[in-house]
Formats: sequence, C-alpha cells, structure tokens
Amino acid sequence: MASVADGNSMHRVLDVDGKVVGNFPKFASDPDELLRLYRILVLTRTFDTKAIALQRTGQLGTYASSLGQEAVSVGAAAAMQPDDVFLPSFREHGGQLWRGATLNELFLYWGGDERGNDFAGPRGDFPNCATVGSHPPHAVGVALAFRLRGEQRASVCIFGDGATSKGDFAEALNMAGVWQVPAVFVINSNGWAISVPRARQSAAATLAQKAVAAGIPGEQVDGNDVIAVRSVTERALTRARQGHGPSLIEAVTYRLCDHTTSDDASRYRDDAEVSRHWPAEPLVRLRNFLVSARHWDKDKEEALLHECNGAVEQAAKEYLATPPQPIAANFDYTYAATPAELAEQREAAIAIAHGAA
Amino acid sequence: MSELSLVQAVNAALKRAMSEDASVLVLGEDVGINGGVFRATDGLFNIFGEQRVLDTPLAEASIAGVSIGLATQGFRPVAEIQFTGFAYVCIDQILNHASRLRARTRGRLSCPMVLRSPAGGGIKAVEHHSESPEAMFVHIPGIKVVMPSSPARAYGLLLSAIRDPDPVVFLEPTRLYRAAREDVSDDGAGMPLGQCVTLRPGRDVTIVSWGAMIREALEAAEQLAADNIEAEIIDVATLKPLDSATILNSVGRTGRLIVVHEAPMSCGFGAEIAARVAGHAITSLLAPIERVTGYDTMMPYPRTEAHYMPSVAAILAGVQRTMAYT
Repeated sequence: MASVADGNSMHRVLDVDGKVVGNFPKFASDPDELLRLYRILVLTRTFDTKAIALQRTGQLGTYASSLGQEAVSVGAAAAMQPDDVFLPSFREHGGQLWRGATLNELFLYWGGDERGNDFAGPRGDFPNCATVGSHPPHAVGVALAFRLRGEQRASVCIFGDGATSKGDFAEALNMAGVWQVPAVFVINSNGWAISVPRARQSAAATLAQKAVAAGIPGEQVDGNDVIAVRSVTERALTRARQGHGPSLIEAVTYRLCDHTTSDDASRYRDDAEVSRHWPAEPLVRLRNFLVSARHWDKDKEEALLHECNGAVEQAAKEYLATPPQPIAANFDYTYAATPAELAEQREAAIAIAHGAA
Repeated sequence: MSELSLVQAVNAALKRAMSEDASVLVLGEDVGINGGVFRATDGLFNIFGEQRVLDTPLAEASIAGVSIGLATQGFRPVAEIQFTGFAYVCIDQILNHASRLRARTRGRLSCPMVLRSPAGGGIKAVEHHSESPEAMFVHIPGIKVVMPSSPARAYGLLLSAIRDPDPVVFLEPTRLYRAAREDVSDDGAGMPLGQCVTLRPGRDVTIVSWGAMIREALEAAEQLAADNIEAEIIDVATLKPLDSATILNSVGRTGRLIVVHEAPMSCGFGAEIAARVAGHAITSLLAPIERVTGYDTMMPYPRTEAHYMPSVAAILAGVQRTMAYT
C-alpha cells in the first residue's frame, strides 16, 4: 500500500483535462451538486477579480487572492454540514461563500470593516486568521466541545503550507489525536508561503505525513479537483462524526496569484513556473467534465458568468455605499459591558471626532 | 465558614463554579488525578470526572487556544498554566484571538474563559517560575486581569472571573498559596471585578499594591502607625479594568502616593497608576509619586531573589522620602 510519505498516493477523481480517473463519489452522480460546486467556483473567481480591481483603484484594502486554489476551500466546505464550524485562514473566500457568507460581507472584511465577520449565514464560523497557523488549536477546542456534548458535529480548519511549520499546528494536531476530537485539518498546499517555496518550508516529502507523528490519518488530495477534495473531506468528516477522531488532508494546489495585492511574486518566482501550473487549475477541469457529460454548454456558461458578474457588481455597489461604523462601535464590542475607564475613552473619542475637543 | 489557605480557596471556588454550572471545565497540565502541581485542582477529577477536568498534553499555547475554541461553543473553560514563565507563549492566543474575538465579529462570537496561573517570586523556585507578568496582560484590550491577595478575595474574585462574559487572566500569588489561612465562606458569592479594596484606612499616605506585596504593604503600615504615620492600604485586586476612583479619592485625602509591585519598574503597572494620579489629582499631591518595585533586571535565581523583591524596609524608605515633602 502506498504511504502518505512517498507522495505517490494522491487522491484524484478528475485529471487535468476533466477525465474521470478515480472513484466517482456518490454526491457527484447528482449533476445538480456538481453544478452547485461549479457555480461557487466561478462566483469565487469573479469576486476575486473584482476584489483585485477595487484594491488597485484604492477602493479595497490589501487582499489575498484565492486564484487557482478555489477548489480547496469550496470542496472542503461542501463536505460540511451547516452546523459544523469552519475555521478559515484568509484565502477561503469560496468556502465562506458556500457556507453562506455573503459577497457583501467579504467585501466589507477586505475593505477594512469588522462587520464583514458578522456573518448573517454561518453564525458559528470563525473569522479569518491572519496570524498564520494560530487557529488550529481553536478547531481542537470547538471539536472538543462537540465531543463532550455528544453532538454529531465537527470542525474544519484550513491553513497554508507555511502554517505547518508553526508550533501551534503541531500542538493542535497532537492534541486532536490524543483526544480523538472530530476535527478535520486541511492544508491549502499551494507551493508558496509568500516568497518561500514548499521545498524550503519542510524537508518532509509530503505535508500530509505530519499526521503520522500525531497518530492520525493523513492523505494527499489533488487540491485542484473539487470533487476529490469534497470526497476526501467527506470521508474524514464521517470518521470524525463516528468517533474515529481527526484527520489531516493536504490539498496540493498552486498559488497562481501573488501572495496578496501587496506582493509582487515576480521578485522571487519565474513566470514560466506559473504558466506551467495554469493548465491544472480547478475551474476548467470541472467545466470540461461537465461539458463532456453534457451537463454544460456555452450558453449555460455565459448565463452563469452573467449571473456571477451581476451578483458581484451588486455586492460591490452595496459595499461601497456602506458608511463606516460609528466611532462608538469599536468601544461597544470590546467587552460585553463597557468598563468605566473605557467608557471615558469612548466619550473622548466621540468628542474628538465631532470636533468638540 | 472554614479556614482556608489561598490555594484551598481557589480549589473551593473551582468546585463551586463547576457544581453550579455544567459548562465550567478545568484544563491544563497535571490538573487531573494529580490535582495540579500546587493542588489547586485537587479532588476535582474525582468529583467531576475526565470529561470536565482535562489533563492536556504539554503545550501551553494550545491550552489557551483550545480554551478559545471551547469558549465559543458555550463552555466556560478555566485553563491552568503551571507557572507564569510558561504563560508567555499564551500571549499570542490571548492577544490575537481571545481578547478580540468579540470585537472582530461584532459580538457574534465571544470568549468567556479564565487563564489561571501562579505568579510572583519568593518561593525559591527554579528559574522562569517566579515572574510577574501582569503588566504585559494589562496592556491587552478586551481582557480583564485579576490578582487576589487573600484567600477570601481569591475565592470571590475567581468565581466572578469564571462567570464573566469576557476573557480573564487570573494571577495567583504563589508566595501566598499557603502563607496564611483565613475564614472563607463557601457560599458562592462572587466579589465584583473592577473594584479596589481598601484594606486599611489612613490619612497620611496612600500605598497601592496587589498580589503578594499586599503583605509587605500591610506590615509597613503597621510599623508606620508606631511612628504616628497612618498609611491607607489599597489592594487593586482587579488591574484591568482599574478602579481609578478609589485611588484618586484616597490620594485626594492623603496627598501622597506609593505604588508597590514585584514586577520590573519600567512600564510596570505602577506607571499607569502614577500617570492616572498625575493626570487627575496632581493638585492634591504634596510629594512626588514613589514607585517601590522590582528592578529592570531578570528575576534572579533564588539565592538573591530577596534582594530583588520590594521589602518592608524599601517601602518604609519610600514613605520616608514622600513624607519629607512638607
């Protein structure tokens, strides 16, 4: 049997051309489910394009694109139940949209407004985690809560390959293993941690093998194959719900974009390398399959692009029309009840803002 | 009513909180069958079982991180960090996550957790076991920081910390764990957070302190009384949020302020108290504010730690300098 450490056991359903090369999971036999996945992938990329355009024109803050990696978080989120808890890093826009966060909330967050984290949809999901890899312990705590209450719920935590070098990751994986909590850890293994390539991040042959030391299952999946990502995550979640503990999934993908809009990847990465990875990107692959299975055609594609563009443009308009929060908001959410000393600062801040001081 | 040491009072508060609220959990290193290295969780494992008293792997950052996850799901975790020297790795989790989860999500998620740790020196412990990091925590918006100075206050303040809807760092003066006993009524009554306690009234000078140093402050007041100097002793108890009013009111009457703490002087919490008094009561001051503190060195090894920690003599000298201004 292939070992998770040799890198030869990558789980895959569709090859880069969209041909079926692996076991077709049950959900994928329903065309509507595949079309739902494809729709979110397209919506995510449409959002991505608009977000970068807004940032370039000074209308959005620094933004972390998910270009080429959309299938990782969409596939993982699609495997979840609504009352599971999603703990993203900061490139999981697709997963967040699948879970019910709105485009407007995503724009608000990247536009520098905390209300973007106050998801109307997935009320239990965590906000992004910008301090890389510090959130896996939260996923353990969330999952421990479910286990202690005997609930059939689980947590799903996503982070990048760079995060696997951090102590919190190792601690969390270890603790999850000891307690056998229902948590699934997914690595968006996109090859780069800003300018540091995967090879300089770890001497381990695969990142999935880091599961071995924690005594939990680990496997690699083609992170550009949304069907495979969902399938592998579903299996891990089933194990978790049945009391068989946590799993680590390394979703191997490629960061086709800069790290963020503040980054210039041409300083450290050859364009030729990026070009080599474009043919494997996740949207074309699923579309090719859908077309070959006669679930999709040019007209449907155009209609979908039109719909996604419309939704994104509308959300961007709403975001840009949303006035900033009142000065008081920052004070009012610091504690459940504002202490006297903070109330004084609150009044002073309001007075300064109104030109009274 | 029974006579309890401070560590027994902590134990009684934990027991009480766990009895009255099934969402209260205890987790940390050796807190289970061993009852914690100081026995703060002694007996809890037998009463409440492994589902509510969790021995963790040896990973302090994740003890804090896991507590955050639990707290978002309706539990009220009380995490024990064995010694404050091991608590610094928790600051990332407390600062970047626990303290701001409510604000970041605009109230959608919150983090009602307590991080308990013994703190301070004077027990001849090995290095990294005697630190006083309270000011580092006080600098973090969104949390509360508590440091009791007696068994009864440890009991009441810990109950309130556990019931609080926001994260609380609860620092227990190691030196006082078994130093004295006091009648503690295990009635489940919490002591309000955010209130100073005036332990001794006095008209001539205000001495403000917290944690273990309260003992030296009270002893100094006793000796000063023999010289007909009446010192008012204020136990801050909750460092964040600070009850400035009690301190300002006292200094308004005495005109003299001495702040005593074990932690290093620079940017110690004494500096914040001095700044607030200077900002709001400078016209009441008859003398410069005195800070009697540890030094800006590392906490020394046990053979010389007594020279590091503020002594009764050092406090008395500070008072004399203050009283010299007439």
